[in-house]
Amino acid sequence: MKQGSAAVAFFALLAATALAQGIADPRRSGFDDMGTALQAIQRDDFSNPAALWLAEGESAWNRQAGSAGKSCADCHGGPENMRGVAARYPAYDTMLGRVVNLDGKIEDCRIRRQKADPLPHESRARVALEAFVARQSRGLPIVPPDEPNVGAAAAAGSALFTRRMGQLDLSCAQCHEQRAGQRLAGSIIPQGHPTGYPVYRSEWQSVGTLQRRLRNCMIGVRAEAFAYGSPEFVALEAFLMRRAAGMTIETPAVRP
Amino acid sequence: MRRVAALLLMMAATPAAGAGYAILGDEIPAPLEGAVGDAARGRAIVADRAVGLCVLCHAGPFPEVRFQGDLAPPLDGAGSRWSEGQLRLRLVEPQRFTPGTIMPSYYRREGFERVAAGYSGKPILSAAQIEDVVAYLSSLKDVK
Ligand code: HEC
Ligand code: HEC
Repeated sequence: MKQGSAAVAFFALLAATALAQGIADPRRSGFDDMGTALQAIQRDDFSNPAALWLAEGESAWNRQAGSAGKSCADCHGGPENMRGVAARYPAYDTMLGRVVNLDGKIEDCRIRRQKADPLPHESRARVALEAFVARQSRGLPIVPPDEPNVGAAAAAGSALFTRRMGQLDLSCAQCHEQRAGQRLAGSIIPQGHPTGYPVYRSEWQSVGTLQRRLRNCMIGVRAEAFAYGSPEFVALEAFLMRRAAGMTIETPAVRP
Repeated sequence: MRRVAALLLMMAATPAAGAGYAILGDEIPAPLEGAVGDAARGRAIVADRAVGLCVLCHAGPFPEVRFQGDLAPPLDGAGSRWSEGQLRLRLVEPQRFTPGTIMPSYYRREGFERVAAGYSGKPILSAAQIEDVVAYLSSLKDVK
């Protein structure tokens, strides 16, 4: 726990000191570490393949679903009312009594409010709707809630981040903190910020969530990945969002 | 004489694992499980990022491998810096040389956290593969 808040405090301090001294923020988005061709695709809404997912998400936003016969728009109004939401998740949900990420919150609305069938994790429909909701926060700074349950989740996530795992016995921090900018085979190791999710990843040829990305890293070190939506993954997300506080939401980003 | 001492040590050190080895100084002097290494096979293991994994972190004298990591020193000249026994220990217990190293222990089969089901109870490389890699590394005399 202590380690978690220490790590968060360290990053906050780093960013604050940098700003106070007029030095550039040392934190880099994965965007800064990728090739100019991919950067150009992310910058151009018409060439970003995630546009297809956004369009599907927009229709889903307006379409009635489930036995309640309600659309997202029936309760929330226009998508502009979702501006800022992705910038503050994971958040503590008083109804559910736990910390949820954005994907979990949307799914909760789907099941409890729309009374619709659950959608499988990473299914196109589920990712498309999250991407559309998160897109509304593009350009906004990440502002994790100052709330004790979210703080506890972030602390647990910080502990997981530094734990060695898998047959290769590596921790997230050994790559993303201690070796960011260096090359793992052909890939530049990014600092591992969650600024762009859901992202279009060329290796996937599709849009996927942050947890799908984290699973890829865990499978890479030959670890048993945490389950989608598990408290461990929500904790890692909460930690990554604190570590990236103040950085800009890029959704839908493009990654290699 | 050395062989006998090693054998005794091996049996004493890890009776249960069935994969014992004896460390003398900074070396494992005897081949693992008595395997005989082959440098050509070793080269193929090292150059294959899905088998040896070495090129994830190391570069080396295998120009056909397009993507080579820079997280670790190049393997060029490894055989001029280290003896066979030292190389063997490097692969088996790299943390003896560098505490906290990111280099994985290639012969270890337990004590990992959350290891994926398909890999549980298995080392990254078998004794025979490690001997092949040792034979290949020993042949790398030229420093880049
Ligand atoms: C062995 C090194 C390694 C380990 C260990 C590792 N990662 Fe990664 N990670 C990478 C690389 C390399 C990439 C970028 C891959 C690419 O370019 O396609 C990446 C990408 C990411 C990204 C995406 C960043 C972006 O800009 O979109 C996140 C987030 C991330 N990792 C988090 C984690 C977490 C959390 C863990 C531990 C559970 C972890 N990683 C473990 C190497 C690692
Ligand atoms: C995840 C990273 C990683 C992988 C995979 C890896 N190594 Fe290493 N290796 C290192 C690092 C880092 C060092 C530097 C010293 C240390 O930390 O132990 C090193 C050191 C070495 C050395 C000593 C280098 C010298 O000349 O001083 C040899 C030899 C070596 N590794 C061989 C291999 C071989 C062969 C493989 C694959 C079968 C391999 N390594 C896989 C990270 C790695």
